[in-house]
Amino acid sequence: MSAAAPVVELKQITKRFPGIIANDSISLTLEKGEIHALLGENGAGKSTLMNIVFGLYQPDEGSIEIDGKPVIIDNPNKAIELGIGMVHQHFKLVEPFTVTENIVLGMEPKKGLKIDYKSASEQVRKLSEQYGLQVDPNAKIHDISVGMQQRVEIMKTLYRGADILIFDEPTAVLTPQEIIELMAIMKRLVAEGKSIILITHKLKEIMQISDRVTIIRRGKVIDTVQTSNTNPNELAEKMVGRGVTFKVDKQAPHVGQAVLKLNDVNSKNKDGISVLNGLSFEVKAGEILGIAGVDGNGQSELLQAITGLRKIDSGSITMTGKEIANLSPREVIEMNVSHIPEDRHKHGLVLDFTVSENMVLETYYKSPYNKNGFLDKEIINKHAEDLVKQFDVRTPSIENMARSLSGGNQQKAIIAREIDKNPTLLIAAQPTRGLDVGAIEFVQKQLIAQRDQGKAVLLISFELDEIMNVSDRIAVIYEGQIVGEVFPQDTNDQELGLMMAGSLKRGGNANAKV
Amino acid sequence: MQRFKKIFATDVYIVPLVAILLGFLVGAIVMIVGGYNPIEAYSALFQRVFGSPYDFGEAIREMTPLMLTGLAVAFAFRSGLFNIGADGQVIIGMTAASVIGIKFAGLPMFIVVPLSVIAAGLFGGLYAGIAGYLKAKRGINEVITTIMLNWIALFLSNYIVRTFLLLPGQNRSEDIPASLSMTFLNSLFDNARLHWGTFIALGAATFFYIFLWKSKQGYEMRAVGLNPHAAEYAGMNVGRNVIKAMFISGVFAGLAGAGEVLGVFHYQSIFAASPGYGFDGIAVALLGLTHPLGVILAAILYGTLTYGSAGMSFGADVPPELIRIVIGSIIFFIAAQGIVRWVLKPFYFKRKKEKVL
Repeated sequence: MSAAAPVVELKQITKRFPGIIANDSISLTLEKGEIHALLGENGAGKSTLMNIVFGLYQPDEGSIEIDGKPVIIDNPNKAIELGIGMVHQHFKLVEPFTVTENIVLGMEPKKGLKIDYKSASEQVRKLSEQYGLQVDPNAKIHDISVGMQQRVEIMKTLYRGADILIFDEPTAVLTPQEIIELMAIMKRLVAEGKSIILITHKLKEIMQISDRVTIIRRGKVIDTVQTSNTNPNELAEKMVGRGVTFKVDKQAPHVGQAVLKLNDVNSKNKDGISVLNGLSFEVKAGEILGIAGVDGNGQSELLQAITGLRKIDSGSITMTGKEIANLSPREVIEMNVSHIPEDRHKHGLVLDFTVSENMVLETYYKSPYNKNGFLDKEIINKHAEDLVKQFDVRTPSIENMARSLSGGNQQKAIIAREIDKNPTLLIAAQPTRGLDVGAIEFVQKQLIAQRDQGKAVLLISFELDEIMNVSDRIAVIYEGQIVGEVFPQDTNDQELGLMMAGSLKRGGNANAKV
Repeated sequence: MQRFKKIFATDVYIVPLVAILLGFLVGAIVMIVGGYNPIEAYSALFQRVFGSPYDFGEAIREMTPLMLTGLAVAFAFRSGLFNIGADGQVIIGMTAASVIGIKFAGLPMFIVVPLSVIAAGLFGGLYAGIAGYLKAKRGINEVITTIMLNWIALFLSNYIVRTFLLLPGQNRSEDIPASLSMTFLNSLFDNARLHWGTFIALGAATFFYIFLWKSKQGYEMRAVGLNPHAAEYAGMNVGRNVIKAMFISGVFAGLAGAGEVLGVFHYQSIFAASPGYGFDGIAVALLGLTHPLGVILAAILYGTLTYGSAGMSFGADVPPELIRIVIGSIIFFIAAQGIVRWVLKPFYFKRKKEKVL
């Protein structure tokens, strides 16, 4: 590195929230042209720190220097002026608008009183060429893939002249292919002289792409290391403060009777297009069946069909021999089905309910919570206290809104609630999405513990590693159909990848081998 | 003690108070610009309300329907619905109360009066339930249906009054023998038209609170209001809750109608245009932050201002419409809380309002 001042220097940043020190005297430097990874568990204080840099929060103590000059960033506009751009984890795009309209939003080139879309889309095209960001400037946001939406977010920051880009968990929502593309884009950006702060808890990505890593734990900087001088195990240990095993420990399964059986299930969406296409499989007691597949091949619809949220046109779905197709969600839940939904904010929690209220979301109407039509707050709170303790959900109190919890703790709360119901079938959809290593380990252990207790577990995940590590048996879904059933020990990533892409079928005879 | 502290530590209460002050301030500026003396005007306003027992009683009369329509709008709001149709539901409530109060006048009063009130609530509720049903089963936005239902209610009730209840030669119904008036207070309040509707309103607010925050069904409605997707996943019947919430909302509005015809006018007029109770109710609900206690307080404020505005024109020669500017500004400042917080900023000493990440 040259002797020039670092692009960003954070000095002794401290930020306190009621009851918690989110950032405790954090110092960090970002050199020009480097990718600096910020690694930490959920709730370690990464997002708070970056929100300070982006002007959304004010630090209680400490100072920020940009190019060696002290600055006060009191709102995001100031940050943008200083050349800081943030690519948020949850995209901030106007869905019915086109790519170009979103990029220029708020900074539209004008011709007289009219917006000059021609020159706007010309600029967008130029940017996209310069940085190798392939987007269709005239496509509407809701028509393009998640990966492409993210590129629009990146271009938004570039259009505003950002030299310092903050990526907040950029890969959480991407498919493996899109992750590879994103990595290439990031390399291109630094080659063009940009500097990047990458917030993540995915060690693999850090090892692949970053120059340096700063590890934060509970609001404190643990260490800053050169990526080339470290390894994933060391990083993980520093992040969670103890040794972490990446291999999931599990005994051979004790497989019992079939619990959930789907037979030739067909369902169309409202446009009349088949989304479930003669789908059949079964999940047995004491095993974890992993459904592998690329996003959008019918996974969501499959979940909806099982949980009673979607009507099926033909076929049968049975739980321990009883037909559950086209029952109401509550009737399905009462068949002892627990469900960890894909989208925890939308489906898993009522974010503006307290943690305590969320813990009885499916059971509030039953005794002992419901007494003659009135809820017994004391018992509900006691129940929540127990679960919070048992599952180590970190919240200042059970009276806090679910919204105020970090992603990992929200997920823990959902898992606590679902497992506590003592289900016969546990459905887990993307249960570790967006979680850090420590939390992933926790979630996966819980799934295996459930299976060891003889529960049937249906795991749907886009993460091949997770499918391979956790499942006892794998079914691959492609265009609403199961195109193959294999055992993890008999297959590999390549084969699964081919099946997921629809170019290889391996018959459903894996069942027979059990 | 802990709880006590918590109440005062939060700015939930401070923001509306400051918004009210800012609203008065805006009104004062407009008055100064218009060449009026705001201090005189405001003192005339309060003089009017608190100056005589009669006026004080009448001000309470003014507040009563506002409380109920405010509760109606707020209740729907808590369940994720925007009930713009409180106005129509009030009219339906009035008509139901009038029909029962006139046609069953032969029965003893202790039966007719409660029956009229119940009918007003029931029909108001069922009427609002139509919008709930259309939303739940057909996915039609309740804003649109309730607006349309307002007009239907207006003309339907005019038709009913004209055809079945008309006092010959007049544009109104016969007198209604059933009465909610509190005549025993006449001497105390100088014949102000106080009626039992005020207690019905306070009872409704209590019911609102207990039902929504203590009962099983209220829990469901709040869940549906805050996140219908999660509610559906958790096995709640979203559609049924929508219908139920609209029904209860309509009951509140219908009861407001009963209070007006049985307690205030003792007849029902043929309306040339919408009486506007429901629209004031929207303002009151917003002003009260859709909390039952807040709604009651907001209705008191709103009623005081509207009733007192007449005093402004008598006492200070300020046009009473100016009070609409004050009310409008207060609602504006409550909705735009950012402005209020900005005004308050210098007064906060190291306040932490950000949410913990």
